[in-house]
Amino acid sequence: MPLIAMEFAFRGGTAQDAPEKAGTATMLASLLDEGAGDLDSQAFQERIEASAVELNFRAGRDDLDGSLKTLVDKRDEAFELLRLAVNEARLESADVERIRAQILARIRRDSTDPGDVAQETWLKAAYPGHPYGRRGIGTEETVERISREDIVAFRDANFAKSNLVVAVVGAIDAATLGPILDKVFGALPAEPELSPVVDIWPQNVGHTEVVEMDIPQTTIVFGRGALKRDDPDYIPAVVMNHILGGGTFTSRLFNEVREKRGLAYSVYSYVDSMDHSGVIGGGVATKNERAAEAMQIIEGEFARFAKEGPTEEELVKAKKYLTGSYALNFDSSVKVARGLRQIQLNNLPIDYILGRNALVDAVTIEDVKRVARRILDNGDLLVAAVGKPQGFREGRSSGGN
Amino acid sequence: MTNALVGAALAGAAFGGAAAQNGGPAAGPKVETFTLENGMDVVVVPDHRAPVVTHMVWYKVGSADEVRGKSGLAHFLEHLMFKGTKSHPAGEFSNTVSELGGQENAFTSYDYTAYFQRVPKETLKTMMEFEADRMTNLVLTDDVVLPERDVVLEERRSRTDSDPAAQLSEAVSATLWMNHPYGLPIIGWDHEIAALTREDALAFYEKYYTPNNAILVVAGDVNKEEVRALAGETYGKVARRADPPPRVRPREPLQVAARRVAVADARVRQPSVSRVYLAPSYRTAQGDDAYALDLLSVVLGGGPTSRLYRALVVEKGIAAGAGSWYGGSSLDDSRFVVYGSPRPGHSLAEIETALDAEMQRLIDGGVNMDELERAKTRLIADTIYDLDSQASLARTFGSALTTGMDVRDVIDWPERIRAITPGQLVEAAKKTLQLRQSVTGILESAPAGDRT
Repeated sequence: MPLIAMEFAFRGGTAQDAPEKAGTATMLASLLDEGAGDLDSQAFQERIEASAVELNFRAGRDDLDGSLKTLVDKRDEAFELLRLAVNEARLESADVERIRAQILARIRRDSTDPGDVAQETWLKAAYPGHPYGRRGIGTEETVERISREDIVAFRDANFAKSNLVVAVVGAIDAATLGPILDKVFGALPAEPELSPVVDIWPQNVGHTEVVEMDIPQTTIVFGRGALKRDDPDYIPAVVMNHILGGGTFTSRLFNEVREKRGLAYSVYSYVDSMDHSGVIGGGVATKNERAAEAMQIIEGEFARFAKEGPTEEELVKAKKYLTGSYALNFDSSVKVARGLRQIQLNNLPIDYILGRNALVDAVTIEDVKRVARRILDNGDLLVAAVGKPQGFREGRSSGGN
Repeated sequence: MTNALVGAALAGAAFGGAAAQNGGPAAGPKVETFTLENGMDVVVVPDHRAPVVTHMVWYKVGSADEVRGKSGLAHFLEHLMFKGTKSHPAGEFSNTVSELGGQENAFTSYDYTAYFQRVPKETLKTMMEFEADRMTNLVLTDDVVLPERDVVLEERRSRTDSDPAAQLSEAVSATLWMNHPYGLPIIGWDHEIAALTREDALAFYEKYYTPNNAILVVAGDVNKEEVRALAGETYGKVARRADPPPRVRPREPLQVAARRVAVADARVRQPSVSRVYLAPSYRTAQGDDAYALDLLSVVLGGGPTSRLYRALVVEKGIAAGAGSWYGGSSLDDSRFVVYGSPRPGHSLAEIETALDAEMQRLIDGGVNMDELERAKTRLIADTIYDLDSQASLARTFGSALTTGMDVRDVIDWPERIRAITPGQLVEAAKKTLQLRQSVTGILESAPAGDRT
């Protein structure tokens, strides 16, 4: 393949935003390719397009990511543009205002989107007063407040060598790459100046929050605390989730909610680990008249799983899927690079990919039962629902049955 | 910036699925084709980087082939194809794919319906056996049909009924196509989905799901001879059972009236305007007009250096976003779209005026070589980047072959893009960007409780 794919990240992310200026990391990520060095925004973008380079930055919860993709004959130009973006972004006020306008437009659009509203409501209730309780993009109020100085300060505090991870895949070898990376990142300070973020577990589990919206369907997100990535039970939790709601056409939630009852098009669960928290969450959207029924079934499945665990057959099938499908995560250069970046962010050994399936194979039914009891407990969930659900209980719930 | 009017293909039983894209790989993989005795076409795209294959079956039938009054039937049948056969009851196929660590899904568009699995190469034959089986042996009972119809209605509620921008998009399409069935939503109108029956689905299935109306696309760690042998033992055993009618849909009359539609809803906090022009597709275009329109969409509105973005967002500062797109892969005529969303303090009328001015400036003043070259570089590079993804490669061939193009067209696409001149681009713009064959869609806010 005549291409080079690079994925990198600076640890920090939107969790480093000052609360009153939430959205700073997102603004910085959006501005890095809006002019750098001698090139103004248009000139920089023209250079990118003339060489068909793809350069993107994105602010995540715990890191600010970048990705670069180039055809091999445009390699030097691609890395030079990256060097400029990382080190010499101009952050001119006209560009800041334009990007601010775009971000505000997106916030306004999202503000009436049922899925976004449900997610925001859930996060706020789960993580009160914590950076994870805010949407990374910020609010209209906080984004209006962000100044050029705030953006520069964020960059200076977050862009450093010790919190940087890089993965490169494709038509380049390590000997060639080394000096190039030195050139791109070498001028950054050795250490970042990150604010400490405290660990937190989802609060208000057992509560239901309803946001009224005049639409025919209720969009629901739900979840409760789970595990951080370094927890020894993490892999059993992934297996558990696959059986419960992770398997697209095979999970218990799929079968009970969609296949048997036609209650929803989409119903799922996932496990998500952050640097300072962990969640088992999920979502469903169903017509207002049946929202209460759908949620009752989901809570029932959570509670039943905690009590009974999986069957041997479910466990065998889940392990087969999880081990067999692992290779599909690495079937393009970009996906390999992304996987290697994530492994580094998770502090896993670089040969983790080779040993990962053995970890899944080693999971026993007792492991899954243990982790289910530990994580799902009594099946209570923090629920956020947007729509006009009928017969939906608000406030304290009694948990599953 | 995104716009509501994206995506011609409707993702199927699960999630994801952007519109199939035009064109194909530049360097071009070594693609081979042959036809089975029963008329099923086969495309093999070797990719030996990993021991996996992408197995797809494309049926040359989509929502535009439905009869009036049964909108949503093609998509409904796609869902029902997961309900099992005489020899493989519901869930067995999906469970098998899952145990193999594979991925699967399906999607329906105006012109095609496709099913795919991504699996380890050793299991290709198993996939073919299952897929060939459900080509003719589908079993449907009301016990599975009725809950699945509710699932589709929920899908519609998620995609459209809870989203004013999606509702506008439906109204724009219904208005643009005065006679052609592309005016009907792929997922169907709510009341017509609710009335679809098991018998409707089976009749559609009997009429269109036959090997002589299907294309097998296999991309991955295989060669032509392996695929020929496996396909012969599986699909080759399926008898033809119908001769689908020629795909001739009602054509548009000469359009003479510019139309406007609007959705005003309290939930709209970011207004936007789009102009949708009737445009030729790769199949219906004269000469190289479709290639020129693909380039026009990049020059005019394909990113931060495009005409529309530069004028409306950067220079005038009146818009938060602006752009254009063209969807050329359809069997019949297609559309070319320009759009913009205002910054606070600026009106939709200002945006619309500025969009018109930029289109006129391009038609009057032409296109310079620099911007055309950048656009070509971008489009051609995308096809090379696509080589990195086996699934998108398979998809490129499948969508081309079900919308009236052939493998040669896909392979030659970069060369023909390269050959387009500024003059051709302007000519295509002149022909296409005519108000009389357009609909302007307005998405705006309304006081709470109001819904006009």
